[in-house]
Order: sequence, then C-alpha cells, then structure tokens
Amino acid sequence: MKKRLGVLMLALILVVVSVAGCSSGSTSKKDEVTKVGFIYVGPADDGGWSQAHDNGRAKMVENMGGKVETIVKENVPEEKSAVVSTIRDMVDQGCTIIYGTSYGFMDGMVEAAEEFPDVKFEHCSGYMTSDNMGTYFGKIEEPRYLSGIVAGLTTKTNKIAYVAAMPIPEVIRGINAFALGVKSVNPAATVNVSWTNTWYDPTVEKAAAEALIQQGCDVTAQHQDSTATMEAAKEAGKLSIGYDLSAATTMPEVYMTAPLWDFGGYYTDSVQSVIDGTWKSQQYWGGMNDGIVLLDDLTALAPGSAQAQVDTAEAAIKSGQLNIFSGELKDQTGAVIVSAGTKMTDEALLSMDWFVDNVVGSLK
Amino acid sequence: MEFIFFLAAAVKAGTCLLYATLGEIISEKVGHLNLGVEGMMQMGAVVGFIAGFTFGNPYAAVFCAAIAGAAGALIYGFLTISLKANQVVTGLTLSIFGVGFAAFFGKNFVGKKVPEAITTFFAPIKLPVLGDIPYVGQIFFNQSIYVYFSYFLVIAIYIYLYKTKWGLNTRMVGENPVAADASGIPVDKYKYFNIALCGALCGLGGAFLSLVYISIYPVNVVSGRGWIAVALVIFAMWNPGKALLGAYFFGALDIASFWLQQYTLPVSIYLFTALPYLATVFVLIFTSMRKSSNKKEPAWLGKNYFKEDR
Repeated sequence: MKKRLGVLMLALILVVVSVAGCSSGSTSKKDEVTKVGFIYVGPADDGGWSQAHDNGRAKMVENMGGKVETIVKENVPEEKSAVVSTIRDMVDQGCTIIYGTSYGFMDGMVEAAEEFPDVKFEHCSGYMTSDNMGTYFGKIEEPRYLSGIVAGLTTKTNKIAYVAAMPIPEVIRGINAFALGVKSVNPAATVNVSWTNTWYDPTVEKAAAEALIQQGCDVTAQHQDSTATMEAAKEAGKLSIGYDLSAATTMPEVYMTAPLWDFGGYYTDSVQSVIDGTWKSQQYWGGMNDGIVLLDDLTALAPGSAQAQVDTAEAAIKSGQLNIFSGELKDQTGAVIVSAGTKMTDEALLSMDWFVDNVVGSLK
Repeated sequence: MEFIFFLAAAVKAGTCLLYATLGEIISEKVGHLNLGVEGMMQMGAVVGFIAGFTFGNPYAAVFCAAIAGAAGALIYGFLTISLKANQVVTGLTLSIFGVGFAAFFGKNFVGKKVPEAITTFFAPIKLPVLGDIPYVGQIFFNQSIYVYFSYFLVIAIYIYLYKTKWGLNTRMVGENPVAADASGIPVDKYKYFNIALCGALCGLGGAFLSLVYISIYPVNVVSGRGWIAVALVIFAMWNPGKALLGAYFFGALDIASFWLQQYTLPVSIYLFTALPYLATVFVLIFTSMRKSSNKKEPAWLGKNYFKEDR
C-alpha cells in the first residue's frame, strides 16, 4: 500500500512539474520586451573588438528605450559545441535575435539556426546565410587604407610592423589595404606581417610585436583585439596604429590613430526590424559612408602632413572616386593580379588570399 | 645583431620555464613526480597578478604568487605523502584544479593592465661591467631583475642539492627512503619541505608570465608551458645547470615562429608553433635511450613510501 502511494506521489509531482514548465514557457513569449543575445569572443572590456560590439550594444539599448533587454556572453571559444550550447542557453532565456560577433562562431551558428528556426541569427564577418541567419560586416579596409597613409608618412626605417590575427580573407584584405595606403605616400616602405593565430591573446601578440620591432620596424599596426601590440611599442619607444577602439586616452604615449568600428547604428536598425517584423536574412557590408567604420581623429603624434593627405583620400573613397583595390596590383612575386583600370569584384575581395608587393611575410 | 636580439628574447621567454623546471627538479629529487606544474604555475600567475593589481607592490605580488604555488603543492603533498595517494593521478588533478582556479579567480581581471609600478620595477636593467661584455652582456645581462633572480636560483639550488647536508638528505630520500629513514632522516618532513619549495618556484614561474612577460592579463596565461617544464626536467637530467640551457632552448622555440616569419621560408609557419612540442617528444625518446645511472631519475621517483612496509 505504501509503495503504491509513493508511485502515485511521484506521478503527481511529475505532472505538476511538467505543467509548470509549460506555463512558464508560454508566459515568456508574451513578454513585451525583446530579448537580444550577444556572443563575444573576448571580454566585453577588451579594449578592442568585443568592446566595440559592446559599445554598439549599449548604444542600441539606449536608442530603443525600455523595449529591449540584452543577454551577453563573453569569452566564448570559437568551437562549434561551445557556440551551440551558448545559443541554447540564450534561447532558453528568451532571446529572439542573437548576434555572434566572431568569424569562428560560424559553424555553431549555422547549426543553431537550424535547431531554432523561430530565432533570428546575425553573424558578423562570416559568409554563411539561411532563412533565419544573416551576416553583417563593415569595409574596415577603407579606414585601414587611411591609417596606412599615416604609418607610411611616420616610418623612418621604412619597415612597418603588422601583427596579424588569422590568415583569412578579412585580415588579408585589411593588410593589403593598409599596405596600399602606405605605398600611396611612401613606395619604399614595407609592411612586415607576423601571424599570431589569435584574436585575443596578449601574451602571444606582445611577443610577436617585440620580434618585429627588434627586426627594425618603427611603427606598429595590428588586427587583434588587445592593446598588447601597442604595449610592446610603448616599451620600445615606437609609434602605433591601433584597431577597433580609440586608444587616445589609454595608450597616449604611442597612439596615432586607428580604424574604428561603430556598430550602434547597425544594431539599432537591425533590432528595430525584428520588433517591426520586417527582419530579413541579408548580407550587410557597410563602408565609411554608412558610418559603421571610420578613422579615429589623428593625435599630435601623427606627422603634421598626414591630416591633409588623409582628408583627401577619405573624400575620394567616400565619393567613389578612389577604389582601394583597383589596378594595377601586383602580388609578392611581381605577378599582376589586377590589371590597370579594373576593379576587384566583391567575390574576389571576400576570398582574397594573396599579398600586395610591399608586404613582407608568408601566407602559408 | 638581429640574432643577438633573438637570443635575448629567448632568455626572457625561457625564464618562466626555468623557474618551473627548477621546482620540479627539487620535487623529483625527493622522489615525488608532481605533474601539477601547469596548475601551480596558473595559481601563481593569477594570484600574483591579482596581488600586483590590487596592491601595486612588486614584492607583495611575487610573495603571494610563491605562497599560492606552495599552497597548491601542499595539497598534492598532503594527498601523496600523508594519504599515500597515487602521485601521477594527484598531479594531474592538481593541474586541472589549477587551471580552473585561475579561470575562476582571474575572470574579472582579464584585459586588465599590469600596474605601472610593477612594470617599471621589472623593466630590463643593464648590469654594470657584465652588461658591457659584447654579445653575452646583451643576451644575459640586460634583463629584468626577475631574470637575474633565476640565475641566482640556479646556483643556489645546485649548492643546496649537491653541497649541503640537507641536499644530500633530500637526494637520499628520493633514492632510498628506507635507508634514509633507518639513518634517522625525517623522510616526511623532507618531502613536505621540498614539495612546497617546488610549488613556490612554479608559482614564481607563473607570476613571471603575468607580471613581467605580458602587460595585459589574458584568459590562459600559462597555456601549456607547465607540461614543457615537466619534460625539461628529464631533458636536464635533474641538473639545475642543464635546466637553464633547456629552458632557453625551449624559450627560443616558443618565439621562433615570430622571428622567422620575416624570411620567406618554404615551410608552413604552423610547423614552428608546433616545434616546442615536437622537440619535447624527441627529448623524451633520446633520454629514454640513456643508460648511465647518474643521469637517470631518482630510484624511488613516483613511488610512495610506506613506513610500515619496511
């Protein structure tokens, strides 16, 4: 008799629990507040890429008033399983749109997008899309070209250090644009590239920057999200071009300028479209004209003649007069890749796997 | 000239390995294989950074790092000496624990800068006279005070192990605790002391990374260097002097890829990043072929001593 009572109790508990589970699930859907998820590859205050996204997120929250709530997950590794479990967690908490802000999240996001067809996904810097997954990115190569002008005018040894993240088209495009900017004002200078295969590992990045500086480089540029490269420049008494965020106040000893991201406008428009129900999967690729990328104000450390040359080039890019990747462009072996008078197609840009001729370094 | 700069950078990159290897040599000399080096380095790195960041005092930072490493080692010591737990398993557990410890306590410090006071204290100082020796001066005597201290430790530990009564007793415990016990040496006390010393040195090695080598605290600062230190002990044949050479050799391999990328080489750069681990494999193969007994591990290494079994 007692045993039977126990089974009955257990069954009762199970029923209660499952009913409670259902009811809590349905109430969260009725919520007026839109929940937005953000996945970062580094800490939200990394002084770089993730912080640029977090600033954009904060701007969006401010613009939207009380209509949105954001859930942020930092330091997510670029592994499929980690990304998928992070997303499941966010969906459980009620997110209806999720932004993944690193290239390596792609596979995980594709899988999660299949698993949760009702949730919208936006992946920064990737190329995979589906009905509920779009991509967004900016033409950071435009301000990078401008920062190359500053570096080219600054260098005295004619060797510029470029501490590069991963050998993927996004980074290669940035290096080439930078090198072309350097070339436009200083054809004798080379851009010396060192790969770290990290987005955020100050230990490795500082060691790589130190090696380049001791090999004779006197200006540094970088593609990682930490300020480690600038720290190395500071210790050696050199000058730097930053990335992602302005370091004018945090690294005043070395900082000249940086290509910057401003995601606030994009996130606001995108989240608004989700609320309005007009969101569509797309491949967004904005430039300086859209305000998603820009060059920071030059500091007093930048050479005096730089401002005028940067302004001219910026106006030319914005008006469409100047196309960074127009011929004639040669690769490192001297072979002509883009012939005079032609422009590179978007497809060729998005799969770029070669260096222009004033870059020193290997892609293998 | 560039090669000299490279060697100087290799000394800097190898210093964290040197501290940890010296520590592990002491632990193995007393008969305890402690695979927890990675964990103790992580604990030293994170505690050293937090202390340095909070107090802004280099002495406090280094002291706390050594204490943290020693605390980790004492957990291992208690389990293996007093409770006679398996040394390999306990060491592995300590490694996993240390990595988790650092991730948990370091989470809020990721991205924080090493305070200016500490950076200036540990900035390279050119030594008078020695620093002016051509080549050698630039490589070895234009370094941080933290690096100089490791030179001192190599000599001090050599003297301790081979020229003092305590060192002799320590080695005897590692070679034959039965005989040591019979001759009145307090075996457990020697074990505890040397294991704690090992932990303190590993902690110092980790803190070298988080206080001197880097400027910004990352997610995983030690990232596998502890395992290389364990292999280095075998490479060094339990000799502090050879540990110095081995540490700088592996330091050089650690940074080689950054320096070689400027030369167009017909091999992939990924090969260079794998070099330290490849070299470790070769070191283990070659050392296992050695026959001479005074270059071998202590006879009781890895075995626990049960007094009751005598």
